[in-house]
Amino acid sequence: MASRWETVIGLETHVQLRTVSKMFCGCSTAFGAPPNTHVCPVCLGLPGALPVPNELAVRLAVRAALALGCAVHPRSVFARKNYFYPDLPKGYQISQFENPLATEGSLSYLSPDRGIATAGIVRLHVEEDAGKSLHDRVPKHTAVDLNRCGVPLIEIVTGPDFRSPQEARAYLLTLKQVLEYAGVSDCDMEKGSLRVDANVSVRPAGEVALGTKSEVKNINSFAYVEKALTVERDRQIAVREAGGTLAQETMLYDTKTNTVRPQRRKEESHDYRYFPDPDLPPLVLSAEFITDERTQLPELPGAKRERFVAQYTLPATDAAVLTADRGVADYYEGVVRAGAEPKAAANWVMGEVLADAKDHDERLRVPAPALAQLIALVKGGTLSHQAAKRVFGDVAERGGEPRNVAEALGLVQVGDAGVVMAWVNDVLGAHAGEVDRYKQGERKLLPYLVGQVMKASRGKADPKLAQRLLEERLAG
Amino acid sequence: MTDPSEALASARAAADRLTKTKRLNASLTPPRELRKSLLLQAQAAHPSGVLYGMPIAVKDNICTLEFTTTCGSKILGGYRSPYEATAVAKLRGAGALIAGKTNCDEFAMGSSTEHSAYGRTLHPTDKTRVPGGSSGGSAALVAAGVVPAALGSETGGSVRQPASFCGVVGIKPTYGRVSRYGLVAFGSSLDQIGVLGRSVHDAARVLSVISGRDTKDATCEDRDSLRLPTVPESLQGFVIGIPKEYFPPDLDAGVRRACDRAIRLLRELGAAVRDVSLPHTPYAVAAYYIIAPAEASSNLARYDGARYGPRFNGSLDIRALYRRTRGEGFGAEVRRRILVGTYVLSAGYYDAYYRRAQQMRALIAQDFRNVFDRGVDLVFTPTTPAPAFKAGEKLADPVAMYLSDIFTVTANLAGLPALSLPIGRIKGLPIGGQFIGQAFVEDDMLEAAYALERVIAAAEEA
Repeated sequence: MASRWETVIGLETHVQLRTVSKMFCGCSTAFGAPPNTHVCPVCLGLPGALPVPNELAVRLAVRAALALGCAVHPRSVFARKNYFYPDLPKGYQISQFENPLATEGSLSYLSPDRGIATAGIVRLHVEEDAGKSLHDRVPKHTAVDLNRCGVPLIEIVTGPDFRSPQEARAYLLTLKQVLEYAGVSDCDMEKGSLRVDANVSVRPAGEVALGTKSEVKNINSFAYVEKALTVERDRQIAVREAGGTLAQETMLYDTKTNTVRPQRRKEESHDYRYFPDPDLPPLVLSAEFITDERTQLPELPGAKRERFVAQYTLPATDAAVLTADRGVADYYEGVVRAGAEPKAAANWVMGEVLADAKDHDERLRVPAPALAQLIALVKGGTLSHQAAKRVFGDVAERGGEPRNVAEALGLVQVGDAGVVMAWVNDVLGAHAGEVDRYKQGERKLLPYLVGQVMKASRGKADPKLAQRLLEERLAG
Repeated sequence: MTDPSEALASARAAADRLTKTKRLNASLTPPRELRKSLLLQAQAAHPSGVLYGMPIAVKDNICTLEFTTTCGSKILGGYRSPYEATAVAKLRGAGALIAGKTNCDEFAMGSSTEHSAYGRTLHPTDKTRVPGGSSGGSAALVAAGVVPAALGSETGGSVRQPASFCGVVGIKPTYGRVSRYGLVAFGSSLDQIGVLGRSVHDAARVLSVISGRDTKDATCEDRDSLRLPTVPESLQGFVIGIPKEYFPPDLDAGVRRACDRAIRLLRELGAAVRDVSLPHTPYAVAAYYIIAPAEASSNLARYDGARYGPRFNGSLDIRALYRRTRGEGFGAEVRRRILVGTYVLSAGYYDAYYRRAQQMRALIAQDFRNVFDRGVDLVFTPTTPAPAFKAGEKLADPVAMYLSDIFTVTANLAGLPALSLPIGRIKGLPIGGQFIGQAFVEDDMLEAAYALERVIAAAEEA
C-alpha cells in the first residue's frame, strides 16, 4: 500500500555536548551517578541563583554547526521556554528561539532508496536538558532525578526531507558519525546523549502539499527509529485509506508492543511563552572564535572516505569501513605511515584489528607501528599469514615487538635451503608411494607433499621454498 | 572601628535597637535569633575590613546563610538558603554584621510594604502611613536609626521611593554594577541590589563594597568595585538637567517647593542647571508594568511546592498541587502580576504587548542618552509625586499604587544609576529628590549628592 502514498519525515535530534560540566553551572555531566548528586543552586533553580554559559559547550555547538555546514550567527539569543513539570525546577528551560545559534546547514547521507541524498538543517540551537521523572522507582509516586538537569544539548532540526523511515535512520547514523568525528558528542543513545523526535506525515504520491503531521516521541535507540516511524506511517495511511482524517498530535512509541499511542491532550498544547532570557546577555561570537572552531574541525567522514580512495587506491567499500570511525581511520593511517602497504594494511585493519576490537571494548590493542612491522614480516617471507595471525593475537594480549614474539613462539619461517632440503628429503623418504604416483603424472599431489613438509617443519618452513625444492627433487 | 570589643558593643547596641523598634514590623528576624547571630558574627568578623562591626540589615529577598529568606511570602515560609548572595558575601568579607532580614512587599512587588505575608511595616514617624516599598523594612530601620545602612533591591524604584518616604538616602546602581547572584529574581532585566543609608557617605561606602565583577552573574559587568569620590567643595563644571516631564502641573505643591529649593542650592553650588526633555517618560509606567510582570511570571514559576517551601497539599496530583500551592502561597498582588505577565507573553499577544514595551523601553533609554550627549551630567527630579501616603489608601486601586513609581521606573528601564536623598519635609513627612546619572558614572551622582546633602543640612540648621 505504501506505493500510493509518499511518506514525509523531518527529524529533531537532541545531542548532548561532550563537556565535563553542565551548560550553566559547574556540576558534573557524568552519566550514572546516584540520583540528585550532581546538583547545585543553579541547576536546582533555587531562589536567587543565576546561569552562566559554559564556554566549552558553546565551542562544541559552534563546531557541530560548522560540521553540518550551517551559517553560524555572530549574535544569538537565549530564550526561556516556559512550562510546568516536576523535572523542570525553574519552571522554564533555557533554550534558543527567535535567534538560534545556527541555521541553513545540510548533511549528505547514503539513502537506501535514492543513493546520495541531502537533508537540509533548518536550525541548530543550544539548550539545557531537563531532569528525569522516574515513574517506576517508587510505587504510586513519581521520583525526580535532577542530575541531567542543565546538561548541555544542541537541537538539530531538519526540513521535511526524508521519504522513508529507512532514510531517516540512514541520516541519523550519518549525523552520529559526523558529530562523533567532530568530537562534539559521544552520541550514545542508550545513555540519552542522542534523542530523536520525528514529524511524520503522508500524502498521495505526486501531491506537493504536506499532509497533517504527527510528532513521534520516545524513540530511544537506533534500532527503534525505523520501527517507530514505520508503525506511525502505516497508521496514518490506514486512517487515510479508510477515508478518515488525521489530527495533528503527539504520538508516543512503545517499544514493548511496537505501537504508538497519542499523548494525553492535557500534556500537550502548551503555549511556551518564549521570551529572551533576561539573565543571559545575547551570545556574541567573534569572527576569531568561529574561525578558531573551523580550524579545530577535523576532516569529516565523507571527505576522508574520498581521500582514502584517491590516496591509498582503496576500493570505496574498504574506505567506507575504515572511515566509519575516526579512531579506526587514524589508526589505519598510522599503520600506513609506519611503512605498511596500503591495501595489506586495509585488509588487516578490516579483518583482525576490527574483530579484536569488537571483542575488547572497541580498543585497538595492537599499536599501529607493531601492525606495520607484522605486515612487513609477512611480506618479507619471515612469517606465514597463519603464523602472523597468531603473533597478532599474542601482541594484542601481552604486547611486545612482533619480530621478538614470532621468534619466541618459534614461528619464524625457515628460508635456509639446506635446512628445508633436509625436511624435503625426510618427507620424500617417508612417502615413497606418493612420490611414485607423482612421477607417473599425478601432479596434484604436490600441495599434499608441501603440506607434509610444513608438518614436518612444524609450520616453520617457507612454503614457497619448500615447493620449489620439492619440484626440483621430484624432477631430478 | 578595629577593636573586637567595639564590634561586640556595636552588635549588642544594634540588637537592643532592633528589639526596641519591633513595633515597626520592619525586621522579620526574631530578636533573640538576631541577637545571638550578631554576637557570633561580631566575634568572627575580620577587623581589617572597611565595614568592620557595621550592622547592615538585608532585605528578605536577598539570600543569606543566617536567617530565613522568605521574600515576604508565605510560599517561602521558613525557607533557608543553602548559599548566600554575592553582595552579602562581600559585606561579610568587609567585616560587616548581617543585622537580620527586613520586611518587604511580597517578592518586591509593591510600593508600600503592605503586600507582605508577614504584616505591613509602619512608617517610622507616622504609624498611620506606609514607609514606601518594596524595601520598606530596610528604609524604616535606617530612618529609625537602628542600622546605619541596609540592603534593598530595586526593580522600579523600590529603594529610592521608600528612602524618599522615610527621609534617608537610597541608591540604585547602574544595572550590572552589583551582582544579582542571590537576589531572588522579580524582573531580572530591571532588578538591582541597592543601598539605603543614613547619609550619602554611609550608603556609598556600602555600595562600594558590594559592587564589582562576579563570575556567577552573566549580567554583572566586568569592572572593578566602585571608587568613592571625595566630598566636593562646589559643583562648578557640573551640568544638571531638569526634565520638564517630571514636574507635571498636578505635582504636590510641597514636593515642588522642596525641589525648587534644591535646584536653587545646586545653582549656588556652581552647577549649571538646564531645562531638558525626556519625551517618552509618560509611557514608562505602562512599559514597566508589562516587562516586569512578564519576567516575574517566568521567574516565579519555580515556586510550585515540589522541591522547597511549604506544600499546600502533598497528596494531590501534580496539577492540583501546583494550583493549590501557588493559589494559596502567593498573595493577591503577586497573583495579579503573574496573570498579567502570563497574558502579555502569550501567543498572539506577545507582539502587541511585550515586544512593544521593549521598543518603548529602548526609546526611554534613548531619551536619556540624547540628554547626556548634549553635555548634561545628571538629571534632577523629585523621587515621588507626593510624600508617604496613608496605609490602606491605595490598596484597592493598584493603578494608583503603580503611579507612585512614575518618577523612578525610568532609571530601571534605562539601566541607569539613580539616587534619592532627603530635600525637605511637608508637615513632618520627608520628601526626596533624585539624581539620575550616566551608566557606570555613579561618582558624578555621588559627588552632587554629597554637596547637596551638606548645603541642605546647613540650610535646615539656619
